[in-house]
Amino acid sequence: MEILVCIKQVPGSNKVEVDPVTGVLKRTGADAKMNPYDLFALETGLRLREKYGGNVSVLTMGPPQAKAILYEAFAMGADKGGLITDRKFGGADVLATSYTLSQGIRKFGKFDLIICGLQTTDGDTAQVGPEVSEALGIPCVCNVRNIDKVELNHIVVDMEMSDDIEKLKVPFPCLITVQKDIYEPRLPSYKKQKATADREISCYTLNDMADKNAKHYGLDGSPTKVQRIFPPKSDKVQETWTGSADELSERIYDALKKMKFTA
Amino acid sequence: MSYKKMDEKDLAVIATFLDRERILWRDEINEEYSHDELTVKRSYPDLVARVISAREVSKILAYANEKKIPVTPRGAGTGLVGASVAIEKGIMIDTTLMNHILELDEENLTLTVEPGVLIMTLRAYVEEKGFFYPPDPGEKSATIGGNISTNAGGMTAVKYGVTRDFVRALEVVLADGTILELGGKVVKNSSGYDLKNMIIGSEGTLAFVTKAVLRLLPLPKCNISLLIPFPTLAQAIRTVPLIIKSKAVPTAIEFMEREVILDAEEYLGRKFPDNQADAYLLLKFDGNSKEEITKYYDDVAKICLEQGAIDLLIADTEERSTPVWKARGAFLEAIKGNTSMMDEVDVVVPRNRVNDFVEFVHDLRGELGIRIKSFGHAGDGNLHVYILRDDLTEDKWQELMNCAMNRMYEKARELKGQVSGEHGIGLVKQPYLKESLPAQSLAIMRGVKKIFDPNNILNPGKICYA
Repeated sequence: MEILVCIKQVPGSNKVEVDPVTGVLKRTGADAKMNPYDLFALETGLRLREKYGGNVSVLTMGPPQAKAILYEAFAMGADKGGLITDRKFGGADVLATSYTLSQGIRKFGKFDLIICGLQTTDGDTAQVGPEVSEALGIPCVCNVRNIDKVELNHIVVDMEMSDDIEKLKVPFPCLITVQKDIYEPRLPSYKKQKATADREISCYTLNDMADKNAKHYGLDGSPTKVQRIFPPKSDKVQETWTGSADELSERIYDALKKMKFTA
Repeated sequence: MSYKKMDEKDLAVIATFLDRERILWRDEINEEYSHDELTVKRSYPDLVARVISAREVSKILAYANEKKIPVTPRGAGTGLVGASVAIEKGIMIDTTLMNHILELDEENLTLTVEPGVLIMTLRAYVEEKGFFYPPDPGEKSATIGGNISTNAGGMTAVKYGVTRDFVRALEVVLADGTILELGGKVVKNSSGYDLKNMIIGSEGTLAFVTKAVLRLLPLPKCNISLLIPFPTLAQAIRTVPLIIKSKAVPTAIEFMEREVILDAEEYLGRKFPDNQADAYLLLKFDGNSKEEITKYYDDVAKICLEQGAIDLLIADTEERSTPVWKARGAFLEAIKGNTSMMDEVDVVVPRNRVNDFVEFVHDLRGELGIRIKSFGHAGDGNLHVYILRDDLTEDKWQELMNCAMNRMYEKARELKGQVSGEHGIGLVKQPYLKESLPAQSLAIMRGVKKIFDPNNILNPGKICYA
């Protein structure tokens, strides 16, 4: 089975800072890491390869320094890496990003299964996966919480919905986005890191794409116009209760019951 | 020594020192005040005073000293050797309401705190501001007062040292109620006997700590942990002296075995990120950049691989290191949840003898037919060994546990180790301390105790009275 995992480089700190003047997310190359959600996608790909054979490729879009996460993926066990990079791809919204990725994927290879993380820690839209599948014209299942089995031409997965879990049989080629904690991601291996330090990475620019119309990429290809980015107000509510142990335990029980944590 | 039995009159007097609602009297005292985290011994105090100031502590002690009422200090109750169990009843002073961070002095790099501040709160507070309080015991919900009382160490001792190395000054209340400052915000101090350091580790037997000035360091910008799988525990532990000899300075070198990891997985309901080996070393390095740290650990990697390590797994981000350290932090609770009852040994041996001790423990469990689990600080020679009761009858359990304890402490002495690395002596380790220290040392300790506390009211019956 040929598996592709789409990964992204995100700011290294989980505390996202917004530049108050430009309204742009502050990013520093020195403090960057693989999107934590993508670790679960990559782990899913590696486990499927271990069980059913095949190859796991990783693809990312970003500036040249995003190569670092491809090497990180090699240290976790990925076989092949691709980088989509061109200044013309900069400033892309979800639609342009997904389109660019779909163009890159067509160049990078033929895949039975594409796995994406549920979302990223910087963009947080959870839309890139499904939009890539749309651009590629293949079926997509989001919110996958369990891979049941892989058979000759299809995969059977459990998709979590708000009220129930749906078991779906999806024909290859297809795309899935996996939930956090589907598997515990493995740690990068020092031995693999050393062994893959010189591995070649395929790079793709606008000139390599089948569609070379620059208007379909980057800022020009993005219908979304961001007016302002600002950190959300915290919705954490803290209450302090006082009373005897009996009163408080009853109150805690009632609150948990109300929140449906207990029956 | 006979103590005054407390009555309602004592309660009425103490109620003039602090609000009645912060006093628990007899039936109002919750069960948790009768024990600590592990010790079997249970005993309720007559009165629990939930103090909020040194002044209150001072008044209580002056009164208790006059009336000869024993006083037991208690923080979060996470001790393991019975130091905070009120075996002579009397008054228990609970410090958990004295939980304020009083001052961050950025010019002197100190943090002034009340004794009831939790370790996890303290660390988070300073780290948020770019500072670092290195002592890192497994039990993050312990109070700083408790850590000072036992001279707790934790995982980072290999590089940074223990609590005693990070206390600049203490405010203490003496047995007669005198409030005294020991030490100061000074880096050097050669001004007579170091009474501050005598209080640290004295488990509340010499004076009551009401404030501490702690030393801080600048927070290292990043850290990387290495989880190193080995085919056998012996191979893992034998590698540790070579790592230390290589002059690499990890902040932590821990060892762990598969079976304890499985307990932690079950306890936390979360998988550990690796399952390929029976034994692991866990190293942590800190520094100012990933590149700097990578340079340190390259040499360590070579040593480990030469010694038979299967690989080295790199936890270089928060989401990678958290599951590993969370599991490590949960070992005690996880082992506890896996058996009916247990007791522990917290010996410390020279670092190059850790393997001798661990192999001895392995052989011992085969010989006695009892489950014994261990993990610990391979880098500083402090081992945590747990003897599990499982379904043994009370008689058999006592017999096997005592036998295992005696044998382990005997072995620690043979290896030139000490009875406790960080949990303290408290109530239950006194017989072993007596056997391991020269009689003269114990006599001096009792003499010191007498000078500080002539009426023996401060946490009586602990440390050196077996």
